[in-house]
Amino acid sequence: MHSSKEDIAKEWDLTIEPQTSFFELNLKDVWRYRDLLWMFVKRDFVSFYKQTILGPLWFFIQPLFTTIIYTFIFGGLANLSTDGLPQPLFYMAGITAWNYFADCITKTSTVFKDNANIFSKVYFPRLIMPLSIVASNLVRFGVQMFLLFMMMGYYAAHNASFTITHAILLFPVLVILMALLGLGLGLIITALTTKYRDLAFLVTFGIQLLMYTTTVIYPLSSAPEKYKILISLNPMTGIIEAFRFAFLGQGQISINTLGYSTLFTIVVMVLGILIFNKTEKTFVDTV
Amino acid sequence: MATAIKVENLSKIYRLGEIGTGTISRDIERFVKTKILKQDDPFLRIGETNDRATKGFSDLVYSLKDLNFEIEQGDAVGIIGRNGAGKSTLLKILSRVTSPTTGKINIKGRVASLLEVGTGFHPELTGRENIYLNGAILGMRKREIDRKLDEIIDFSGVERYIETPVKRYSSGMYVRLAFAVAAHLESEILIVDEVLAVGDAEFQKKCLGKMGEVSKGQGRTVLFVSHNLSAVSSLCKKGFFLKNGEAVLGINNIEKCISSYQKGGPSSCIWEGEIFSSNGLLKLYKALIKTESNDMVFTNDADLTIEFYYQVIKKENRHLRILFNIETQDNVVCFSSGMFIPCVNEGFFVAESVIPKNILNKRIYNITARVDYPAESIYIEQQHFLSFELHVLKNHSYGIVFENEPNGLIHLPLKYQIRDYIF
Repeated sequence: MHSSKEDIAKEWDLTIEPQTSFFELNLKDVWRYRDLLWMFVKRDFVSFYKQTILGPLWFFIQPLFTTIIYTFIFGGLANLSTDGLPQPLFYMAGITAWNYFADCITKTSTVFKDNANIFSKVYFPRLIMPLSIVASNLVRFGVQMFLLFMMMGYYAAHNASFTITHAILLFPVLVILMALLGLGLGLIITALTTKYRDLAFLVTFGIQLLMYTTTVIYPLSSAPEKYKILISLNPMTGIIEAFRFAFLGQGQISINTLGYSTLFTIVVMVLGILIFNKTEKTFVDTV
Repeated sequence: MATAIKVENLSKIYRLGEIGTGTISRDIERFVKTKILKQDDPFLRIGETNDRATKGFSDLVYSLKDLNFEIEQGDAVGIIGRNGAGKSTLLKILSRVTSPTTGKINIKGRVASLLEVGTGFHPELTGRENIYLNGAILGMRKREIDRKLDEIIDFSGVERYIETPVKRYSSGMYVRLAFAVAAHLESEILIVDEVLAVGDAEFQKKCLGKMGEVSKGQGRTVLFVSHNLSAVSSLCKKGFFLKNGEAVLGINNIEKCISSYQKGGPSSCIWEGEIFSSNGLLKLYKALIKTESNDMVFTNDADLTIEFYYQVIKKENRHLRILFNIETQDNVVCFSSGMFIPCVNEGFFVAESVIPKNILNKRIYNITARVDYPAESIYIEQQHFLSFELHVLKNHSYGIVFENEPNGLIHLPLKYQIRDYIF
């Protein structure tokens, strides 16, 4: 009897200890909870338009109006170059890509604070929550892409000058890069803000400022030579340029800029997951 | 029996006060001293216990201190202790919501914990959608929920509202639905915090029944925190009594734990304060209830003594009354009693009264008192300032007692006579 007890004792299913190493990721657990990820996405989508009259149409309205305003201010008043593309199309492409990245980063950057209530009452792999945010933003992104396609259809019918290039094959890669970049940065910020809230204030307007350092409202080709490197340092520049090249045929795509963006994303992502993983164990006590 | 949970040297330290400004410097100091210089943590003083009522030296306290215990498979363990004793912290660590400061826990089997009813319910979603969401949060797979959906809806008793957003639910319906989901979790270990405080009596009974079925019928391990001692004792065979973060008896017989807990004395057996009448001439400053042996274990086979300490500040030529009610937690008055004191002099007095044995039933009682001059509207009234729980009913005439027996506000061991009856 004694020996059998010893045998069983060796087969613990779970061990809880205070110090966990940086590299204990528990991705198996994340996989086991994949249904939950799907539920969260569904919840976000359904609850977004409940008790609204326009329903999912709201997904359209924000990018549409932003495009109109950009066309008016940056195109009409400031007269910025759009590389010969129709202005609304140029801005719409930039906004769609940027919005996805920006949504990913802002929503994941408050994941601990926003979900403190759930996190302090029940265990599930915390990574599920930011992953679900990225996934539900994908729905929104999809809707906005649809809007972009409709616009492209409209302009094609009116013989505007744009071409879809082979780079469109890169589209999935670009989406993954944007998602992971936003996720990684968001994870780092949320982990740091559980204890020191200062960073949270920075995020909302920081994102807005960051948009001007990348090529959402102007093409890289029109930037003065001395600022080009600075602009290219923003990892989103390579992605947006490639995105625009893929769908509209204008933009500077190169293996260097894309390679830089990819490398940057990987580093940020790994760093983000490690810090997040370290924080999730005790954040309940400090948030 | 195999061990389901094994806890070794478990401690959890919390920092009191505000977390925020000034912590970076402290964090750096702590990091340098412990990680680089390998010294002891400068902010952890040895021997500081977590008594919320007394002032401590350091602002770091042990919420749990050096716990060692093992829970066997299939045991139902009731965790009891006063507010802030560390019960919820222990459950939080066991359910991996937060991690311990030191120590190690080994667990065999899947853990499902219910620290709150309806975690993650979204008000805009319908009952059905929330069943899926909540189930998934608690760790169920979609297939599992599909299979049990009918059973869950049936158990909850809110079938009619299942396609309605839960924000339209009454709070009772909300809780019913939430508990129904949790009750159908398939796990070897079930951890339940005080969640039965809500819902109506019928549903509470249903929940307790379900939990009993889980532990006794299905042989699953249950950890249950509650202040409802009769629920704990009817559900659990074993107990775990926490006092200021320390285990007093280890895993032990539940009755032993409960009597030890009550000996510790809920502080409400003695009330001290100062209440003046509206004209300021009468003061009530102390009241207490005690047992003959003064051990604060209230049973029905011993007399209870109630004392009221009052001061008459100015001599009055009127009659003074002292009245008190013994009430249940639902504010039902079991009985009242009073005394009449003619022509009081100035000075300090104590009025003592004895509640004879063999009257009260097992239950938590509150005491409301009133001191007044009945002819005038000069009075002191203090509601529920004392409370005590009569837990063990000795001297009852039932022989065998089932759950929720004997019923009634009071229980009288009356004499019976049996005669032969001849037609």
